[in-house]
Amino acid sequence: MASLKALVTKPWIWSFVGALLVWLVTIAFTGGYGAGGMVTAALSLAVFTVIVGVGQMFVITLGPGNVDLSLPANIGLASAVAMKVMGGSDSMIVVGLLAALACGAAIGAINYLLIWALRIPPIIATLSASFIIQSVDISFGRGLQIKPPPGFADFTNWQIFGVPVLAMLTVLFTIGAAIALRRMIYGRSVLAIGQNIRAAWLAGVNVGRVRFLTYTLSGALGGIDGALLAGYFRGANVDIGNEYLLASIAVVVIGGTSVAGGKANVPGVWGAALFLVLLLTMLNTFGVSAGVRLLLTGLIIVGVITAAGGEKAVR
Amino acid sequence: MAGADIRLNGAEKHFGAANVEIVRLDGAEKHFGAVRALGGVDFHVGPGECVGLVGHNGAGKSTLMHMVAGTLTPDSGTIGVHGAVEDNYSVSRAQQLGIRCVFQELSLCPNLSVAENTRINHAALTGLGWRRRAANLIAAKLDEIFPDHGISAADIVGDLSIGRRQMVEVARAFTVTRDRLDLVILDEPTSSLDAHTSGQLLAFVRRFVAGGGSCILISHVLGEVLRNADRIVVMRDGKVVASDAAAAFDRDRLVAVMGGAEAHRKSAVQAAAKAGASPLRVRARPAGQMDGKDLVACAGEIIGLAGLAGHGQTDLLLQVFAGAARAKAGIEVTAPVALVAGDRQSDGIFPQWSISENIGIRSLSRLRNGLLISPRREAELADFWQKKIGIRTPDMNNNIFSLSGGNQQKALFARALGSDAGIVLMDDPMRGVDIGTKLEVYDLVREEASRGRTFLWYTTETEELDNCDHIYVFKNGRIVANLTRDELTEEKIIQSSFGDAA
Repeated sequence: MASLKALVTKPWIWSFVGALLVWLVTIAFTGGYGAGGMVTAALSLAVFTVIVGVGQMFVITLGPGNVDLSLPANIGLASAVAMKVMGGSDSMIVVGLLAALACGAAIGAINYLLIWALRIPPIIATLSASFIIQSVDISFGRGLQIKPPPGFADFTNWQIFGVPVLAMLTVLFTIGAAIALRRMIYGRSVLAIGQNIRAAWLAGVNVGRVRFLTYTLSGALGGIDGALLAGYFRGANVDIGNEYLLASIAVVVIGGTSVAGGKANVPGVWGAALFLVLLLTMLNTFGVSAGVRLLLTGLIIVGVITAAGGEKAVR
Repeated sequence: MAGADIRLNGAEKHFGAANVEIVRLDGAEKHFGAVRALGGVDFHVGPGECVGLVGHNGAGKSTLMHMVAGTLTPDSGTIGVHGAVEDNYSVSRAQQLGIRCVFQELSLCPNLSVAENTRINHAALTGLGWRRRAANLIAAKLDEIFPDHGISAADIVGDLSIGRRQMVEVARAFTVTRDRLDLVILDEPTSSLDAHTSGQLLAFVRRFVAGGGSCILISHVLGEVLRNADRIVVMRDGKVVASDAAAAFDRDRLVAVMGGAEAHRKSAVQAAAKAGASPLRVRARPAGQMDGKDLVACAGEIIGLAGLAGHGQTDLLLQVFAGAARAKAGIEVTAPVALVAGDRQSDGIFPQWSISENIGIRSLSRLRNGLLISPRREAELADFWQKKIGIRTPDMNNNIFSLSGGNQQKALFARALGSDAGIVLMDDPMRGVDIGTKLEVYDLVREEASRGRTFLWYTTETEELDNCDHIYVFKNGRIVANLTRDELTEEKIIQSSFGDAA
């Protein structure tokens, strides 16, 4: 009973409850048909939101005004870079992945450089960076869809007993992120900066380095996400990352991370990502039109955030 | 004689009686967490009276004045204005009843003009042309109080020097439109004015009082209070300890009643012998220092930074703090540095964290076991300091805000003293801390200094300087005096603070 109570007070539990509810409603509607397949598909798709969501979470945790709006453009460019470097050859997969990682990290580093050197607010800096990245992507990729090597496409779609391997690896990655957040100097520093940047500086936290690392990390995660997406959807294109602007922020907020900074939640990112994917599946199953689907998605996200926010106030 | 007539007429117009007290507090008490700011204070101001209010920092003067102005409500006790008890007293009610306040923290909006700031206090200035009428109002009052002030009503407040802002603030408090004006509280009104304008202001206060108005004058310059107040109220540790006609006081009696410096002097540890022999820890020159004076601190020394608040002491501490991370001109730092914040909420506390986490943040690299922070070591550090410094809590894993203000401050001391820092910077850390905690921390600071730690201690409380080996007095961002503890008196500090910078 006590452990149940402790569980209920965790802010991330609500995103999992929401995901479970949506799943139950959907299979009730289909009469149980496709319940397992739905979970598999949700896991496969949620992975991509989780990876960028974790990066976005660290950025948002840095405090008010910190957000990475360059993720969609970053994903688009990195997917093209990865596919070009791989060149359809299985032997170049690792090199291509490293190239995507480097491309994303460079974008993140440039973002912070803009914020730091020109003292531009992060929202403006990452947004303007994303326009530049997008134009680079268009001239670099020439709008062509570039195919991944067959080995890489297979890897991103690989499942063991209905569980995507990519999802398992992402679970390991998020466990690592949670440990970094709670138990490493880096994570503590991010939390301290998010609560009070001046107090963090005066307590000896290297504020500049931690913020630089955080934007670079977010960029690098965007880069790797782009490469994986290109593999999963069997081709890179400029628009491949578009939906991850809103999604990356939504999963952070729904997952119980404070928009005011200083308080982060890794498990919640998973719950929220599953919730969003399942919500979409549910609305598709109901056969509602695209307009109504967007409307309902928006309303449900607002509802969940309000409910979770109220919970926090009670605590 | 003319003044007396006006007073009588004004009073009769409102009451039909000449001697009703303007404001009266009975048994006012106020607590902030576990800190008692006021413990049962009786206080009153009569018409046509200038009341001087003196006492050390933290004696409760400002808390009492916030109550008179309506910004704080007493936990218990009553407040009466013009002879009637006020149950729902507030700032707007105070304004209606003719009570104004000029606080130490300048309250003008920096982005607005002088005229627009005047309008904020005068709801009666409405309709077309309000800006011009506000400008005329404030300009006339400035001319009256500070002839040749050189301020235009169209000036943006943020562009004015701190002294001129203070002049606008004072003048605004004396402007009248619809609401009456009976009492103006002046909380350290001369602290940022030069001698000339201070004189103008005090002369105006005398004219205002002669004309039937009342004033409460708070100042740490005792001579100012002795010369200008009709009656002097002395506060100490949240209580009124004396209230008598100004003529009944002289400087020595005031200082004696305020308590402090002399009584505590004996308790300070003798540490004269150690200076000179130990290695240099800090050599720092304030940015505005032209005459080559340095602040020098050696290992094991406690160095006091004195002078009026906001005259460059904190800036110097921050310069030293930044100088420890990367080389800066004029700053030499030879050991790791930690800072104890005075403004806890904005410079110290991490509100989401437990007490342990708040203490551990400065020492994370030492708390690691491999790559990860060891929860066991973090708990050990916290427990050690809980015992050593006496943080009163059942569980160091509780949120930092479960502690009273004084204990939060102890946690910040633990953060700095528990770190590897050889130099500890203290930015007036005893604000809002009760006397018991203070004495415990003084002992701890001396103990740590005897083990070779260096302290740079900015304080606005003169008696704390008795703990220091060496005192630098600051004025306008510069060091103006350099005193050993034997030379230290409050008078010397005040003299240096107000004297012309050489």
